[in-house]
Amino acid sequence: MSTLPGENSVLSPRSFLLRGLAAGLVAGLIAFLVAFAFGEPYVDDAIALEEAAAAQMTPAEVAAEEAAAAAEDDSGMVEISRDDQRSWGLLTGTVAIGTALGGLAALAAAAVVGRLGLSARGSTALVALLGFVAVGLVPFAKYPATPPAVGSGDTIGGRTASYFALLLVSVLAVIAAVVVAQRLRDRMDGWSAAGLVAGGYLVVIGVAMWLLPSVNELGDFPADTLWYFRRSSLLVLAAMWATIGVVLVAAIGRLTDRATADAQRRELAASL
Amino acid sequence: MSHTSATPLAPTAQVPVVPLLQLGTWVVFFGLLAMLAIFFVSSDQGAVSLLAGNGVHEWVHDARHLLGFPCH
Repeated sequence: MSTLPGENSVLSPRSFLLRGLAAGLVAGLIAFLVAFAFGEPYVDDAIALEEAAAAQMTPAEVAAEEAAAAAEDDSGMVEISRDDQRSWGLLTGTVAIGTALGGLAALAAAAVVGRLGLSARGSTALVALLGFVAVGLVPFAKYPATPPAVGSGDTIGGRTASYFALLLVSVLAVIAAVVVAQRLRDRMDGWSAAGLVAGGYLVVIGVAMWLLPSVNELGDFPADTLWYFRRSSLLVLAAMWATIGVVLVAAIGRLTDRATADAQRRELAASL
Repeated sequence: MSHTSATPLAPTAQVPVVPLLQLGTWVVFFGLLAMLAIFFVSSDQGAVSLLAGNGVHEWVHDARHLLGFPCH
Protein backbone atom coordinates (compact mmCIF):
# COMPACT_ATOMS: atom_id res chain seq x y z
CA MET A 1 0.00 0.00 0.00
CA SER A 2 1.57 3.28 -1.07
CA THR A 3 1.34 6.48 0.89
CA LEU A 4 0.57 9.87 -0.59
CA PRO A 5 3.31 12.50 -0.81
CA GLY A 6 3.75 14.15 2.57
CA GLU A 7 1.94 11.23 4.12
CA ASN A 8 5.08 9.25 4.91
CA SER A 9 5.23 7.48 8.20
CA VAL A 10 6.66 9.69 10.96
CA LEU A 11 8.81 6.69 11.82
CA SER A 12 11.85 7.64 9.76
CA PRO A 13 15.46 6.95 10.79
CA ARG A 14 15.91 10.71 10.94
CA SER A 15 13.18 11.14 13.55
CA PHE A 16 14.82 8.46 15.71
CA LEU A 17 18.30 9.93 15.30
CA LEU A 18 17.21 13.47 16.25
CA ARG A 19 15.63 12.15 19.44
CA GLY A 20 18.74 10.11 20.17
CA LEU A 21 21.00 13.13 19.80
CA ALA A 22 18.79 15.11 22.18
CA ALA A 23 18.70 12.25 24.70
CA GLY A 24 22.48 11.88 24.39
CA LEU A 25 23.05 15.57 24.96
CA VAL A 26 21.03 15.46 28.18
CA ALA A 27 22.84 12.25 29.17
CA GLY A 28 26.20 13.95 28.58
CA LEU A 29 25.21 16.83 30.86
CA ILE A 30 23.97 14.48 33.60
CA ALA A 31 27.12 12.36 33.27
CA PHE A 32 29.18 15.53 33.64
CA LEU A 33 27.38 16.48 36.86
CA VAL A 34 27.86 13.00 38.31
CA ALA A 35 31.50 12.88 37.19
CA PHE A 36 32.23 16.34 38.56
CA ALA A 37 30.58 15.66 41.91
CA PHE A 38 31.60 12.04 42.53
CA GLY A 39 34.59 11.38 40.28
CA GLU A 40 36.72 14.49 40.32
CA PRO A 41 37.69 14.27 44.03
CA TYR A 42 39.44 10.95 43.28
CA VAL A 43 41.05 12.24 40.08
CA ASP A 44 42.50 15.04 42.22
CA ASP A 45 43.66 12.51 44.85
CA ALA A 46 45.36 10.44 42.14
CA ILE A 47 47.09 13.47 40.63
CA ALA A 48 48.32 14.50 44.08
CA LEU A 49 49.80 10.99 44.50
CA GLU A 50 51.37 11.24 41.05
CA GLU A 51 53.00 14.54 41.94
CA ALA A 52 54.18 13.22 45.30
CA ALA A 53 55.81 10.29 43.49
CA ALA A 54 57.45 12.67 41.02
CA ALA A 55 58.85 14.73 43.90
CA GLN A 56 60.57 11.60 45.28
CA MET A 57 62.40 10.68 42.07
CA THR A 58 66.17 10.29 42.24
CA PRO A 59 68.30 12.81 40.29
CA ALA A 60 69.11 10.08 37.74
CA GLU A 61 65.40 9.43 37.12
CA VAL A 62 64.71 13.14 36.78
CA ALA A 63 67.53 13.47 34.25
CA ALA A 64 66.20 10.50 32.25
CA GLU A 65 62.69 11.98 32.20
CA GLU A 66 63.97 15.39 31.11
CA ALA A 67 66.06 13.82 28.35
CA ALA A 68 62.98 11.92 27.12
CA ALA A 69 60.90 15.11 27.19
CA ALA A 70 63.59 17.05 25.32
CA ALA A 71 63.79 14.35 22.64
CA GLU A 72 60.05 14.65 21.97
CA ASP A 73 58.71 17.08 19.43
CA ASP A 74 56.99 19.64 21.62
CA SER A 75 55.27 21.64 18.89
CA GLY A 76 51.58 21.81 19.66
CA MET A 77 52.21 20.99 23.32
CA VAL A 78 49.97 22.94 25.60
CA GLU A 79 49.42 23.19 29.31
CA ILE A 80 45.78 23.07 30.39
CA SER A 81 44.96 24.01 33.95
CA ARG A 82 43.35 21.51 36.29
CA ASP A 83 40.41 23.91 36.66
CA ASP A 84 39.75 23.75 32.91
CA GLN A 85 40.31 19.99 32.75
CA ARG A 86 37.91 19.18 35.56
CA SER A 87 35.15 21.50 34.28
CA TRP A 88 35.01 22.49 30.59
CA GLY A 89 37.28 19.70 29.42
CA LEU A 90 35.29 17.05 31.29
CA LEU A 91 32.03 18.56 29.99
CA THR A 92 33.30 18.44 26.38
CA GLY A 93 34.16 14.77 26.73
CA THR A 94 30.96 13.60 28.41
CA VAL A 95 28.72 15.58 26.02
CA ALA A 96 30.58 14.31 22.93
CA ILE A 97 30.42 10.69 24.10
CA GLY A 98 26.83 11.06 25.35
CA THR A 99 25.61 12.50 22.05
CA ALA A 100 27.42 9.84 20.02
CA LEU A 101 26.05 6.99 22.18
CA GLY A 102 22.56 8.54 22.27
CA GLY A 103 22.45 8.71 18.47
CA LEU A 104 23.71 5.15 18.11
CA ALA A 105 21.21 3.89 20.69
CA ALA A 106 18.36 5.62 18.84
CA LEU A 107 19.36 4.00 15.53
CA ALA A 108 19.54 0.64 17.32
CA ALA A 109 16.06 1.33 18.70
CA ALA A 110 14.87 2.16 15.17
CA ALA A 111 16.08 -1.27 14.09
CA VAL A 112 14.25 -3.21 16.84
CA VAL A 113 11.03 -1.24 17.44
CA GLY A 114 8.09 -3.33 16.22
CA ARG A 115 10.29 -6.37 15.60
CA LEU A 116 10.83 -7.98 19.02
CA GLY A 117 7.26 -8.59 20.13
CA LEU A 118 7.67 -5.83 22.72
CA SER A 119 6.08 -2.42 22.89
CA ALA A 120 8.09 0.43 21.36
CA ARG A 121 8.91 1.67 24.86
CA GLY A 122 9.97 -1.81 25.95
CA SER A 123 12.21 -2.25 22.90
CA THR A 124 13.86 1.13 23.50
CA ALA A 125 14.43 0.41 27.18
CA LEU A 126 15.99 -2.91 26.21
CA VAL A 127 18.39 -1.12 23.83
CA ALA A 128 19.53 1.23 26.60
CA LEU A 129 19.95 -1.64 29.06
CA LEU A 130 21.92 -3.75 26.57
CA GLY A 131 23.96 -0.65 25.66
CA PHE A 132 24.96 -0.19 29.29
CA VAL A 133 25.89 -3.85 29.64
CA ALA A 134 27.68 -4.30 26.30
CA VAL A 135 29.38 -0.92 25.95
CA GLY A 136 29.86 0.07 29.59
CA LEU A 137 29.86 -2.90 31.95
CA VAL A 138 31.57 -5.67 29.94
CA PRO A 139 34.71 -3.74 28.87
CA PHE A 140 34.87 -2.38 32.44
CA ALA A 141 34.85 -5.92 33.86
CA LYS A 142 38.20 -6.76 32.24
CA TYR A 143 39.72 -3.30 31.70
CA PRO A 144 38.29 -1.12 34.48
CA ALA A 145 38.80 2.63 34.46
CA THR A 146 42.13 3.70 35.89
CA PRO A 147 42.86 6.98 37.64
CA PRO A 148 45.80 9.19 36.64
CA ALA A 149 49.11 7.80 37.98
CA VAL A 150 48.04 4.24 37.13
CA GLY A 151 49.19 2.79 33.83
CA SER A 152 52.46 3.09 31.97
CA GLY A 153 52.69 5.26 28.87
CA ASP A 154 54.71 2.48 27.23
CA THR A 155 51.77 0.06 27.21
CA ILE A 156 49.01 2.47 26.13
CA GLY A 157 48.98 1.02 22.59
CA GLY A 158 48.35 -2.54 23.71
CA ARG A 159 45.86 -1.55 26.39
CA THR A 160 43.87 0.59 23.95
CA ALA A 161 43.83 -2.22 21.37
CA SER A 162 42.66 -4.78 23.96
CA TYR A 163 39.98 -2.47 25.32
CA PHE A 164 38.50 -1.74 21.89
CA ALA A 165 38.81 -5.39 20.82
CA LEU A 166 36.68 -6.43 23.81
CA LEU A 167 34.25 -3.56 23.13
CA LEU A 168 33.92 -4.64 19.49
CA VAL A 169 33.35 -8.31 20.39
CA SER A 170 30.81 -7.27 23.01
CA VAL A 171 28.82 -5.02 20.64
CA LEU A 172 28.83 -7.56 17.80
CA ALA A 173 27.85 -10.36 20.21
CA VAL A 174 24.95 -8.39 21.70
CA ILE A 175 23.64 -7.55 18.20
CA ALA A 176 23.91 -11.22 17.22
CA ALA A 177 22.14 -12.20 20.46
CA VAL A 178 19.15 -9.95 19.68
CA VAL A 179 18.92 -11.22 16.08
CA VAL A 180 19.07 -14.87 17.22
CA ALA A 181 16.53 -14.26 20.00
CA GLN A 182 14.15 -12.74 17.48
CA ARG A 183 14.48 -15.83 15.25
CA LEU A 184 14.01 -18.19 18.21
CA ARG A 185 10.68 -16.60 19.16
CA ASP A 186 8.95 -18.78 16.55
CA ARG A 187 10.01 -21.90 18.41
CA MET A 188 9.85 -20.94 22.08
CA ASP A 189 8.55 -18.30 24.43
CA GLY A 190 10.32 -14.97 24.73
CA TRP A 191 11.87 -15.57 28.13
CA SER A 192 13.42 -18.88 27.06
CA ALA A 193 14.82 -17.25 23.92
CA ALA A 194 16.20 -14.35 25.98
CA GLY A 195 17.77 -16.72 28.51
CA LEU A 196 19.35 -18.83 25.81
CA VAL A 197 20.95 -15.91 23.95
CA ALA A 198 22.05 -14.26 27.21
CA GLY A 199 23.92 -17.47 28.00
CA GLY A 200 25.45 -17.47 24.53
CA TYR A 201 26.53 -13.86 24.91
CA LEU A 202 28.20 -14.60 28.25
CA VAL A 203 30.08 -17.57 26.75
CA VAL A 204 31.38 -15.41 23.87
CA ILE A 205 32.43 -12.68 26.31
CA GLY A 206 34.04 -15.22 28.62
CA VAL A 207 36.14 -16.64 25.78
CA ALA A 208 37.12 -13.16 24.56
CA MET A 209 38.16 -12.14 28.08
CA TRP A 210 40.14 -15.34 28.46
CA LEU A 211 41.98 -14.76 25.15
CA LEU A 212 42.73 -11.06 25.66
CA PRO A 213 45.78 -10.07 27.72
CA SER A 214 45.39 -8.97 31.34
CA VAL A 215 46.71 -5.67 32.60
CA ASN A 216 48.26 -5.09 35.99
CA GLU A 217 50.11 -1.83 36.32
CA LEU A 218 48.82 -0.74 39.69
CA GLY A 219 52.13 -0.74 41.52
CA ASP A 220 51.57 0.56 45.05
CA PHE A 221 48.61 2.79 44.20
CA PRO A 222 46.33 2.90 47.29
CA ALA A 223 43.50 0.38 46.97
CA ASP A 224 40.84 2.57 48.56
CA THR A 225 41.42 5.51 46.17
CA LEU A 226 41.41 3.06 43.26
CA TRP A 227 38.12 1.52 44.37
CA TYR A 228 36.43 4.91 44.96
CA PHE A 229 37.61 6.10 41.55
CA ARG A 230 36.33 2.98 39.79
CA ARG A 231 33.04 3.06 41.66
CA SER A 232 32.48 6.66 40.60
CA SER A 233 33.50 5.87 37.03
CA LEU A 234 30.90 3.10 36.93
CA LEU A 235 28.36 5.51 38.37
CA VAL A 236 29.11 7.96 35.54
CA LEU A 237 28.55 5.24 32.93
CA ALA A 238 25.34 4.13 34.65
CA ALA A 239 24.05 7.71 34.85
CA MET A 240 24.80 8.26 31.17
CA TRP A 241 23.01 5.11 29.98
CA ALA A 242 20.12 5.54 32.41
CA THR A 243 19.51 9.05 31.11
CA ILE A 244 19.74 7.91 27.49
CA GLY A 245 17.22 5.18 28.36
CA VAL A 246 14.72 7.34 30.21
CA VAL A 247 14.72 10.22 27.70
CA LEU A 248 14.72 7.94 24.67
CA VAL A 249 11.89 5.74 25.98
CA ALA A 250 9.73 8.84 26.48
CA ALA A 251 10.63 10.43 23.12
CA ILE A 252 10.39 7.27 21.00
CA GLY A 253 7.27 6.18 22.88
CA ARG A 254 5.48 9.38 21.87
CA LEU A 255 6.82 9.13 18.33
CA THR A 256 5.54 5.60 17.84
CA ASP A 257 2.20 6.47 19.48
CA ARG A 258 1.77 9.09 16.79
CA ALA A 259 2.87 6.73 14.03
CA THR A 260 0.43 4.08 15.26
CA ALA A 261 -2.41 6.60 15.38
CA ASP A 262 -1.53 7.75 11.84
CA ALA A 263 -1.53 4.17 10.59
CA GLN A 264 -4.91 3.54 12.19
CA ARG A 265 -6.36 6.69 10.69
CA ARG A 266 -5.06 5.74 7.27
CA GLU A 267 -6.48 2.24 7.62
CA LEU A 268 -9.86 3.68 8.60
CA ALA A 269 -9.77 6.12 5.67
CA ALA A 270 -8.90 3.28 3.29
CA SER A 271 -11.81 1.19 4.55
CA LEU A 272 -14.38 3.91 3.87
CA MET B 1 -0.72 -9.35 28.66
CA SER B 2 -0.97 -7.66 25.29
CA HIS B 3 -4.31 -9.27 24.42
CA THR B 4 -5.93 -7.86 27.54
CA SER B 5 -4.35 -4.45 26.95
CA ALA B 6 -6.71 -1.54 27.41
CA THR B 7 -5.18 0.46 24.58
CA PRO B 8 -7.57 0.61 21.61
CA LEU B 9 -5.21 -1.10 19.21
CA ALA B 10 -6.79 -2.68 16.19
CA PRO B 11 -5.04 -6.02 15.58
CA THR B 12 -3.98 -4.83 12.11
CA ALA B 13 -2.42 -1.58 13.36
CA GLN B 14 0.75 -2.79 15.06
CA VAL B 15 3.65 -0.45 15.79
CA PRO B 16 5.00 0.48 12.34
CA VAL B 17 8.59 -0.60 11.69
CA VAL B 18 11.42 1.34 10.08
CA PRO B 19 12.58 -0.30 6.81
CA LEU B 20 16.04 -1.75 7.45
CA LEU B 21 17.45 -0.72 4.07
CA GLN B 22 16.52 2.90 4.70
CA LEU B 23 17.97 2.64 8.20
CA GLY B 24 21.26 1.21 6.90
CA THR B 25 22.28 4.44 5.19
CA TRP B 26 21.77 6.37 8.40
CA VAL B 27 23.67 3.79 10.44
CA VAL B 28 26.69 4.08 8.11
CA PHE B 29 26.54 7.87 8.01
CA PHE B 30 26.04 8.46 11.71
CA GLY B 31 28.16 5.46 12.70
CA LEU B 32 31.22 7.04 11.09
CA LEU B 33 30.52 10.41 12.69
CA ALA B 34 30.02 8.82 16.11
CA MET B 35 33.21 6.78 15.78
CA LEU B 36 35.15 9.94 14.97
CA ALA B 37 33.75 11.70 18.05
CA ILE B 38 34.47 8.67 20.24
CA PHE B 39 37.98 8.41 18.80
CA PHE B 40 38.89 12.00 19.66
CA VAL B 41 37.58 11.76 23.21
CA SER B 42 38.86 8.25 23.91
CA SER B 43 42.13 7.76 22.06
CA ASP B 44 43.61 10.66 20.08
CA GLN B 45 47.12 11.64 21.21
CA GLY B 46 47.20 8.51 23.35
CA ALA B 47 47.74 5.19 21.61
CA VAL B 48 47.25 6.79 18.19
CA SER B 49 47.68 10.43 17.14
CA LEU B 50 45.76 12.06 14.32
CA LEU B 51 46.50 15.56 15.50
CA ALA B 52 49.97 16.57 16.62
CA GLY B 53 50.63 17.75 20.15
CA ASN B 54 48.69 17.03 23.32
CA GLY B 55 45.89 19.63 23.30
CA VAL B 56 43.02 17.19 22.65
CA HIS B 57 44.38 14.68 25.18
CA GLU B 58 44.84 17.31 27.88
CA TRP B 59 41.45 18.94 27.26
CA VAL B 60 39.36 15.73 27.50
CA HIS B 61 41.80 14.13 29.98
CA ASP B 62 39.36 13.80 32.89
CA ALA B 63 36.50 12.51 30.73
CA ARG B 64 38.84 9.91 29.24
CA HIS B 65 39.70 8.63 32.72
CA LEU B 66 36.21 8.79 34.22
CA LEU B 67 34.45 7.22 31.23
CA GLY B 68 36.80 4.25 31.54
CA PHE B 69 38.93 4.63 28.40
CA PRO B 70 42.61 3.66 28.62
CA CYS B 71 44.42 6.97 29.10
CA HIS B 72 48.07 6.75 30.05
